[in-house]
Amino acid sequence: MLGRDEDILKAAEDWSKAGRGVALATVVETWGSAPRPVGSNLVIDSEGNFLGSVSGGCVEGAVVTEAIDVIDSGKPKVLEFGVADETAWQVGLSCGGTIRVYVEKVS
Amino acid sequence: MKLEILHTLNTERAARRAVVVVTDIDSGAQRLIKAAEADKDPLAETLDKRLRMGKSGMEETAQGRVFITVHVPSPKLVITGAVHISQALAPIAQMLGYDVTIVDPRTAFASPERFPDVKVLAEWPDVALPPLNVDRYTAFVACTHDPKIDDPALLHALARDCFYIGALGSRKTHAKRNERLKTAGVSDVDFARIHAPIGLDIGAISPAEIAVSIMGEIVQSLRQKPARSAKAEAA
Repeated sequence: MLGRDEDILKAAEDWSKAGRGVALATVVETWGSAPRPVGSNLVIDSEGNFLGSVSGGCVEGAVVTEAIDVIDSGKPKVLEFGVADETAWQVGLSCGGTIRVYVEKVS
Repeated sequence: MKLEILHTLNTERAARRAVVVVTDIDSGAQRLIKAAEADKDPLAETLDKRLRMGKSGMEETAQGRVFITVHVPSPKLVITGAVHISQALAPIAQMLGYDVTIVDPRTAFASPERFPDVKVLAEWPDVALPPLNVDRYTAFVACTHDPKIDDPALLHALARDCFYIGALGSRKTHAKRNERLKTAGVSDVDFARIHAPIGLDIGAISPAEIAVSIMGEIVQSLRQKPARSAKAEAA
C-alpha cells in the first residue's frame, strides 16, 4: 500500500512538471466503516485522468469532478461523503461510513 | 500543494526518510517537516507521536485544526538464519507489509526451495547487509545460533539503529553473547536493546508459534516505543 501511495505522489509531481493541471485529493477524516484509511490519496488531472483512490471506487467520480473545479479556481475544497448525504446515496458509499476529503491544486 | 513541497516529499520518501506535512485545510497553508527536524517544531510532541504510529489525521492546535500527513517508510525485516523459524516468520512478516530479506551463508539452508517467496541471500552478513540499507525502520532478527553469522549482523543492526533487534537463544547463550559483543566494543546500553530471549512470552513451542511471538514483539516495538524503553530500563 505504501508503495502505491508513493507512486501516486510521484505521479502528481511528474504530471505537474509535464505541464498538466493537477489536483491532489486526500482522505482527512473518516467516521464509521470507511473503505480507505485517512491519508489515502487520489491524483487527478484537468482532463479527468486519475490514479489512486479515496474510497475504493465509490465516490471517485464525484471527487474527480470537484477536483477539476479546484484545478480551475486554485482554491482548496473539503468534500464530505456519507450515507446521510443525498449525493452519497447517488454515488454510493455502500459501506455506511462517512469520509471527508481535502482537494488541493498542485502548483 | 506547492510543487516544491511535493518534490521534497517524494525525494525524502525515495531516500526512506520519514516526513510530515501539516495542512491548514481552511486556508490551504502548508508546510513540510523532515522527521530529523521534528523535535524543533512547535508541534514536536504531536509529530513525534504520529511519526511513531505512522498515523495521519486531524489535530487541534493553537493555530486551529490542521491535517497532519505522516509518511514513514514501509518497515523491513532482516533475518540471519534460513532456519525453520524463519520459514514461518518470513510469510507472517510479509502479510504485515514488511519487506523481508533472509541472510545465511550456509547454502544448504538458504535455498529457494525452502523459501519460495522470500528474498534469500546466501552470503556472509558483511557482504549481504551493507547493500540492504538497514535503517531505523528495519527490524533485525538473529536466528542462526552461530556467533560467526549472528554477531557481525547484530553489530550492524545496532550501528544502524534498527527499531527492533532480537536474537534467538537462552539466557545462558545471551550471557555469552554479551561477553563477546562487549569485547567488540558494544556498550551495556546498546546490548540492552537486543531482545533475548526473543519474542513475547506466550508459551510458544513450535517454530510457527515462536515466529508469532517474535512478530508480536516486533509490532510492539514499532507501535509502543515508550513501553519498550521502560522494558529496556528495567532490564
